[in-house]
Amino acid sequence: MATKAKWVGQRMKRKEDPRLIQGLAHYVDDLALPGQLYAAFLRSPYAHARLQRIDRSAAERAPGVVAVLVGEDVRGVLGMIPTASALPELKVPPHPPLAIEEVNHVGEPVAVVVADDRYRARDAVDLIEVDYEPLPAVTDPEKALEKNSPRVHAQFKDNQACLWKVEAGFPDKAFAKAAHVVRQRFVNQRLIPVAMEPRGVLASYDAGAEQLTVWSSTQIPHLLRTQLAAMLNVPEMRVRVIAPEVGGGFGSKLNVYGEEALIAHLAMKLGRPVKWIETRRENFLATIHGRDQINDVEAAVTKDGRILALKVRLTADLGAYHQLLTAVIPTLTGLLLLGCYKIPAVKIEYVGVFTNKMATDAYRGAGRPEATFLIERMVDLVALDLGIDPVEVRRKNFPRPKDFPYSTPTGVIYDSGNYEATLKKALEQVDYTKLREEQKRLWKQGRYLGIGLSTYVEICAMGPSSAMPAGGWESGTVRIEPTGKVTVLTGASPHGQGQETSFAQIVADELGISPEDVIVTHGDTQAVPYGIGTFGSRATAVGGTAMFLSLQKLKQKLARMAGHLLKVDPKRIEIGEGKLFVKGSPKKSKTFLEVVQAAYMAKTLPAGFEPGLEATTFFEPSNFTFPFGAHVCVVEVDAETGDVHIRRYVAVDDCGNVINPLLVDGQVHGGIVQSIGQALFEEAVYDENGQLVTGELMDYAIPRAADVPRLETARTVTPSPVNPMGVKGVGEAGTIAATPAVVNAVVDALRPLGVRDIPMPLKRERIWEILQAGKRA
Amino acid sequence: MGVRISLKVNGRAHTTEVEPRLLLVHYLRDLLGLTGTHIGCETSLCGACTVLLDGKAVKSCTLLAVQADGADLTTIEGLARDGKLHPVQEGFWEEHGLQCGYCTPGMILAGAALLAGNPDPSEAEIRRAIAGNLCRCTGYQHIVNAIQSAARKMKPSGRKR
Repeated sequence: MATKAKWVGQRMKRKEDPRLIQGLAHYVDDLALPGQLYAAFLRSPYAHARLQRIDRSAAERAPGVVAVLVGEDVRGVLGMIPTASALPELKVPPHPPLAIEEVNHVGEPVAVVVADDRYRARDAVDLIEVDYEPLPAVTDPEKALEKNSPRVHAQFKDNQACLWKVEAGFPDKAFAKAAHVVRQRFVNQRLIPVAMEPRGVLASYDAGAEQLTVWSSTQIPHLLRTQLAAMLNVPEMRVRVIAPEVGGGFGSKLNVYGEEALIAHLAMKLGRPVKWIETRRENFLATIHGRDQINDVEAAVTKDGRILALKVRLTADLGAYHQLLTAVIPTLTGLLLLGCYKIPAVKIEYVGVFTNKMATDAYRGAGRPEATFLIERMVDLVALDLGIDPVEVRRKNFPRPKDFPYSTPTGVIYDSGNYEATLKKALEQVDYTKLREEQKRLWKQGRYLGIGLSTYVEICAMGPSSAMPAGGWESGTVRIEPTGKVTVLTGASPHGQGQETSFAQIVADELGISPEDVIVTHGDTQAVPYGIGTFGSRATAVGGTAMFLSLQKLKQKLARMAGHLLKVDPKRIEIGEGKLFVKGSPKKSKTFLEVVQAAYMAKTLPAGFEPGLEATTFFEPSNFTFPFGAHVCVVEVDAETGDVHIRRYVAVDDCGNVINPLLVDGQVHGGIVQSIGQALFEEAVYDENGQLVTGELMDYAIPRAADVPRLETARTVTPSPVNPMGVKGVGEAGTIAATPAVVNAVVDALRPLGVRDIPMPLKRERIWEILQAGKRA
Repeated sequence: MGVRISLKVNGRAHTTEVEPRLLLVHYLRDLLGLTGTHIGCETSLCGACTVLLDGKAVKSCTLLAVQADGADLTTIEGLARDGKLHPVQEGFWEEHGLQCGYCTPGMILAGAALLAGNPDPSEAEIRRAIAGNLCRCTGYQHIVNAIQSAARKMKPSGRKR
């Protein structure tokens, strides 16, 4: 029944876009319910303090105010903010939606005001008086591990939240016999996700129907529903969560936040809809952050650049509390830190540390950018120390195509790969040999040209349930309506990735119809069977596969029905171009619509045939997928100002089979630019008192259009054997690959000055100081 | 208490009494129901709230509604004419100039304002013109392509670039 791909592989423009380009889409704040109230939060100005007296009387008397709640009001009423991190001996402090007795980071909610108008709600927040007794705060994770450090949570004996170790393949022996040991510390700085739409929640309670509806800007509506039911102590079937249009997530909305439970609680308590829209300032203070790891790395290498073993001590600053996945993110770093190299031995020690800061959690790439950064930087340092070209070190350590599936010492199985192919293609595209010659020439003229490589592999399509904190499967329902139009319900809840289009392309090819006749519905727990969500580059590989398998079930049903109507063996039926026909005699056919109607009219059915055409599949993947690629960044560093000018950026990615190349390019571009942001501009800075110094877009520099270059993308295709469409995932590739490519390029440019490493972000003042020191030397 | 303001939004005249402190963006969104104008930062830094005020791209989150008294405003809802998309809107659709869509209305209006004053901008000029509009999804390349595509379409036929 196979048909030739007509839609899959096309650069089809998106079905989502007409509403988005005309201002007709509905994000949470665009929804308005009759009688809705507005909530605003009072948040702690202290990183660590005991709550003494809270006087809310003036706020309660303020015009338009309906309610003011503090932590004590919901103590025992609302459950704690949950974490899904399950690590041995993990310390989990209670994390109330509103602070009780103590605050542990700046921005922690202390009180919430509900008023009839958003301005009045904010006015009243300023009238709440709180006496804080400041406590000593700790913001440096290494100081937090010292014996005399202030403790973030007094009930624990120290600030170590967890310790996770992996050792495989006799690393100590490898180090003992190594010709060289290369050592380096890398700091993967704290980042702020900055989805353009801040978080937002609208909740409404129908007391008659006993039905709570919560609209939230979330990546995980079903998981949120389950957790909200638990936090609110409401039976799950009485909770409906809707993720309407979601303005970006990047992992920051892959979470369960206290505000979501509080707003729902307030709607139930007050009997009126309540809305809360996060300000950008709150988004910086109280939505999860990303990265924040210190990696002390040692590599044991042979004289000719083969890496025998890696030792990594990973210190992760988790912040004050666990959000959903806080403590498990660094374990992803652990699983991936051997990168795309055959390194036979490894020793990892990951220490999670509490500090008085906002929690870190999944930010685009989630642990994998950190892994790629440390291994790709290390490979360049091996090359530097041994005087070998970084390309050669990479080639020497790649597994060959025949080595796949390749089992790593960290216990994951890379599904398929051809690392040399992407590297070769990228080097050809930049004309690597010529660039190296030009570099030598320019160095002599006092100009600093640098070439940075990043050959990466990543862990995508999250994932088998056994390896995931919650389930790793996904649901996909396909319903062919009686008129032949198709509704898809996907548990993956996209928020900008374009699955309404790419999934419609798949349906169109499988059923021989037009994508125009397909609608993809998501994000509403009442409409869509239970699902997991969009994150970890999983929507197409897991959610798409669930839908694809449902399509196969329906195609079998359609063939049975067509065979019945045409009086031939269903095995002889093919589908395509709006028809079901007999193989070899295409004139013997029924239209798609005739067959669909027959299945619904049910006047004459094959024996045992269930009427209707709807199928649901819950797909459990057997493994992750492992996309890979080679990125090359060419920079010139301005010798006078220290400015980094990216002259070329070439990305050759292999994400398996591609459904829509236009969307894949978009994902790669966006990821690379976020990655350039980390390399050159972005850094969340807390001072020693725990104040977030970069608390606004004024101080935290995300890349603007004029800051970034035009990117060149290309692909190779190595299908994944893990799913029937051979797709891998591409949502995070750019973010995982590009940061070390940029840093490697800048460090490479400044080699004549004896530069070995520069801490991120590579701000011009940092580079300028290096240049000045070089001049003095 | 209230202040009476009269202004034109997408060709329609409105006279309303508003609180002096009401932000223009809330006037558009909450009073007129034009929710295509988004709020991303409330500090003029992200550009999600960009609208055209007498043809100029401005950030409606740091203008008071009373400051717009007498002005002629265009929001994203008013850009398409007679059911036909503006070339910049078409460009965004054809070139995949958006992902989550949140920055998109402001980005489109910033692009439209640029092309109204400079019908044949260079790539660097486009990037500078939209530097006050942040996008976290696209990496900007497809946005630049979208505005370039619109510029080509809007060029009087026969004129060489």
